[in-house]
Amino acid sequence: MTRWARIAAFMVVLLTPSLSALGELRFPPPEFESGYQFPQTTTPAAQSVIREYIDAAVLLVALLLATYLILRRRSRRAVYVLMISALLYFGFWRDGCICPIGAIQNVTLTIFDSNYAIPLVAGVFFILPLVFTLFVGRTFCGAVCPLGAIQDAVLIHPVAVPRWLESGLRLGAYTYLGAAVLFAAIGNSFVICRYDPFVGFFRLSGNWNVLIIGVSLLLIGLFIGRPYCRFLCPYGVLLRQMSRLSKWRVTITPNECIKCRLCEGACPFGAIREPTGDWPHGEYKIAKRRLALFLLLLPVLVVAGGWGGYSLKERLARVHPRVRTAERVYLEETGKVEGTTNASNAFRATGRTSESLYQEATTIRDRFAVGGALLGGFLGLVVGGKLVALSVRRRRTDYEADRASCFACGRCYRYCPKEHEWRKKGREVLAGR
Amino acid sequence: MTDNGNSMNRRKFLRESLWGACLGGLGAAAGLTGARNNRDNMVWQIDPNLCIQCGNCATYCVLELSAVKCVQAYALCGYCDLCTGYLVPEPTALDTSAENALCPTGAIKRTFVEDPYYEYTIDETLCNGCGKCVKGCLAFGNGSLFLQVRHDRCKNCNECAIAAACPSGAYKRVPADQPYLLKGVERKE
Repeated sequence: MTRWARIAAFMVVLLTPSLSALGELRFPPPEFESGYQFPQTTTPAAQSVIREYIDAAVLLVALLLATYLILRRRSRRAVYVLMISALLYFGFWRDGCICPIGAIQNVTLTIFDSNYAIPLVAGVFFILPLVFTLFVGRTFCGAVCPLGAIQDAVLIHPVAVPRWLESGLRLGAYTYLGAAVLFAAIGNSFVICRYDPFVGFFRLSGNWNVLIIGVSLLLIGLFIGRPYCRFLCPYGVLLRQMSRLSKWRVTITPNECIKCRLCEGACPFGAIREPTGDWPHGEYKIAKRRLALFLLLLPVLVVAGGWGGYSLKERLARVHPRVRTAERVYLEETGKVEGTTNASNAFRATGRTSESLYQEATTIRDRFAVGGALLGGFLGLVVGGKLVALSVRRRRTDYEADRASCFACGRCYRYCPKEHEWRKKGREVLAGR
Repeated sequence: MTDNGNSMNRRKFLRESLWGACLGGLGAAAGLTGARNNRDNMVWQIDPNLCIQCGNCATYCVLELSAVKCVQAYALCGYCDLCTGYLVPEPTALDTSAENALCPTGAIKRTFVEDPYYEYTIDETLCNGCGKCVKGCLAFGNGSLFLQVRHDRCKNCNECAIAAACPSGAYKRVPADQPYLLKGVERKE
């Protein structure tokens, strides 16, 4: 066959309608005379699961070590070394994936999608730190979490954040958690992974917008300790609740508190709570009325939040790619926009009718109506709960680390004179032996 | 404060039961993980029948050079001299010159087999997964070139960044023991 004949044949093919089904190839594979054999398409295997088991084992060892160093050795320096090692391993070596924060979504998807097989490592990463926190407080945050470590390492000049502001900003974390669960369950997206601010540093590449968020958080983190952990981390919300109930926890002093106030400014994360006296004279009655008001307000907030979330269903549903495609196709079909997008082209290539797509989008929107109402209600409950918590006065006789907020970093130990006494005694015992 | 002892007991009781409930909840989560983990792990893959070659695979992957590569289903290939996956639309010659090559990274190797047939193979160290050749091959050829996530490179991110950007929903989680959706090969179910 000459070259021109081949081109002519090619032109004929251009004019024939497209033949897509197998067996109707435009150019039947040739029958070779030279004994040429069709090579096989190579299929390199997926990364072995053994790596995952190693990660899970490293996590367990790191948690055990962190707990020992924080609660028994009471050594900030050792904790720091462990924290940096964890940053290097889970962050820079393993590229920050998988982490317990993202594992929330895997667990959520497991609950809502029966076809999804959760990787064992995701389950382990989700559960292990929570179990540890339930027993010993947030040792995971202090020494194992790579996202915490990268922020902890850049903290140079801590500035105190007022308690009310901290409590208010923490709503960000609750919102993030609620949204992440909602979108993982019915939105077909893992927003925590998409907006992980530090994974770009670990991989040394990433989306510009997210890198800018990461850099900003680190810049803020120079002065406000661990801003992501305190105000955004969705996993931190879960850890806080577990930590409130923990069997053991960080105590600033190794024995009894002498109320010397030396540790007052020790915590860069504002987790040290001062002793409270009795109610100031005359305030008790006002506080009681305030508490009653907030308790009454609680259901109102839940309903208002639920209604707000419900009315946001259209916007929330847009996170789902199907809904976005449906909206675009609708605009194109009704002539409200010119041109097409990749997504609408791809949809048309499937040969489905627009109606079936609209139907699918409506189903998803209905799901988001329920999900949005639940999310809003949850946030209303959180706001109400915060108001109630702020108006309740806890009796404290000593300086102590707040169970929920303490990251178990061990910075406060060396501020306590009792600690130094305890260490000296320990050294003497060792020397005497 | 006569009821102080009582209220402390009540608080303690509440705390203990909440603690137990949390542990129970985590146990349930562990059970669920165990139950759902009896199957193989899942990895990301492109369904070649849904792929529209938009080019996102080349730009959205978290790796510097995308883990998505063009692969050749040799059994489907026509071994054409005028390969529309290899050559630009109006080539000045049917040869291996750069000005006629469609691939922006020169990742396709054209090897003479026998007159008039040429074999086209992909150099995966050069391919960036842009899908230009796939588009060319699908438009006028047999469609033997298609994009696949190559698992020797893929980091298997929890949420694949390309999947999040894919306009056609072609990205799927597939079982890790059958991690490819190859063309021309029937998948075992």
